[in-house]
Amino acid sequence: MMTILITVGVISGIATTLALLLTIADVYIANYGEKKIIINDDKELIVEGGSSLLSTLVGNNIFIPSACGGKGSCGYCKCKVNSGAGPVLATELSYLTEEDQRNNVRLSCQIKVKEDMAIEIPEELFNVKQFKGVVEISKDLTDKIKFLRLRITDGQEISFKAGQYLQLTSPPYPGNKDEVYRAYSIASSTKHKDYIDLIIGYVEGGILTTYVHKHLSEGDDVTFNGPYGDFYLQNSDSDMVMVAVGTGMAPIRSILQEMLDKGIERKAVFFFGARSKSDLFMLDEMEMFERELYDFKFIPTLSRPKDEDNWDGFTGRVPDAIADYLEEAPNREAYLCGSAPMIESTVKNLLLKGFTEDKIFYDKFD
Amino acid sequence: MADINPFVILIASIFTSNMILSNFLGMCSFIAVSKEIKTSLGLGQAVTFVLTGTTIINYLVYHYVLIPFNLEYLRFIVFIITIAAFVQLVEMIVERYLPTLYYSLGIFLPLITVNCAILGVSLFMVIRSYSFIQAVAFGVGSGLGWLLAILAMSGIRQKIKNSPVPKGLQGPGITLIITGLMALAFIGFSGIVKIQ
Repeated sequence: MMTILITVGVISGIATTLALLLTIADVYIANYGEKKIIINDDKELIVEGGSSLLSTLVGNNIFIPSACGGKGSCGYCKCKVNSGAGPVLATELSYLTEEDQRNNVRLSCQIKVKEDMAIEIPEELFNVKQFKGVVEISKDLTDKIKFLRLRITDGQEISFKAGQYLQLTSPPYPGNKDEVYRAYSIASSTKHKDYIDLIIGYVEGGILTTYVHKHLSEGDDVTFNGPYGDFYLQNSDSDMVMVAVGTGMAPIRSILQEMLDKGIERKAVFFFGARSKSDLFMLDEMEMFERELYDFKFIPTLSRPKDEDNWDGFTGRVPDAIADYLEEAPNREAYLCGSAPMIESTVKNLLLKGFTEDKIFYDKFD
Repeated sequence: MADINPFVILIASIFTSNMILSNFLGMCSFIAVSKEIKTSLGLGQAVTFVLTGTTIINYLVYHYVLIPFNLEYLRFIVFIITIAAFVQLVEMIVERYLPTLYYSLGIFLPLITVNCAILGVSLFMVIRSYSFIQAVAFGVGSGLGWLLAILAMSGIRQKIKNSPVPKGLQGPGITLIITGLMALAFIGFSGIVKIQ
């Protein structure tokens, strides 16, 4: 008995001493004092040094997109740093092209604010705002995909382009100790400025998807920031081909709504991929779009229909459906949203059908 | 307590009982980081420094905390904790006061936490019942030995950079073979001194 107590005591003693030492060191050694960040030669920020540039900027309500939440694994948080960042770190190298390096582009999540800095960020990022909202609707679209309507409660209005995304924040919950944010495409029409819709799938072990699917219910408070992204409906009159898989439906729905609201008369076809019939959703809305829009066709494809589905539509993956169904024609635009492998093989097939790369827009998620 | 001159231990742990070449400890970073002389030198210095520091701390912890409480069996876990904390501390200090050094070996510092040579030295020091001075000599010597080995390796690897190494052996494969040859060569030193 005594031995156990002594063992526990000694181990805890040693651990506590070391932890204490580290905490003291953190306070005194890792204390860089106040530093100045100059943005675009214009705005000046006085910040507490020592943390990453990304989190420092977020702390000052400048939201640089970052899908991975500062882990250095997505490469979205690029930003031009003209002085004060030190040499390029090995952890940045895999995300920076040679041109990036020549232009002082860095990953803002990897560099720390240790000196005064001069940085450049796109003006439109200043439009990005943080919103507080409440979950108005939370319903299951399929057994793995949820529909969320978040009503903005802090009096602000959100204006975005159809197809853009925002970042939803998950507070700490049992099993997740940090505040984490992840990117989700906005699925609602741009005319609604007081709420946004999201379509969120469940990923085993995913921090935010677990939060949304297991912890979040109607009436709960949420925070999000946005809008971000260069994937949105272009202003032209070419015919359109849209392709999405699973939750990739979200930005396409927003684009379709936009076309409906603004009476845009463009020929459009939408290939939507799912596994089996039970993974299809929003079919009634798609029927509505087929009826109401100028010339719109919805083509669902199933990769693994079950026997009881009695599926008589296309069977196979979406890129195959494009190879089979789509005719060759010039001057069309394509809007793709889905996983990286799906996008890559779809782009390959689209190029065979007469598309040019500058007319293929996509939103890739991992 | 083994009665060996600390200076003998120092020399022996550099040449005859080299951590890498006779015990094959600390191989992961040895293989991963030995591509360039500059980084190897940085990592080697960091390992030497951390080895010296942790050997001293672990000696004190073992003899003044664990032995009085009869808790020698806890040495594995305690050594690992102290090593981890020490490396953290070193990283903070280097980042703050030696920025150039930090940029050249910043990402390698956390690697040292899991370098088995560090834990190995602390455990050998206990097994061989060294006195304090002997332990310090052993720590410094092992670090220098590690530095010597990784420097030699990186030199060789830069030399063979453009050599036609068979495809399957490129990188770690050929490095392991060279390590084996270096170990054989180091046997040549074994007559000088012996500590085990």
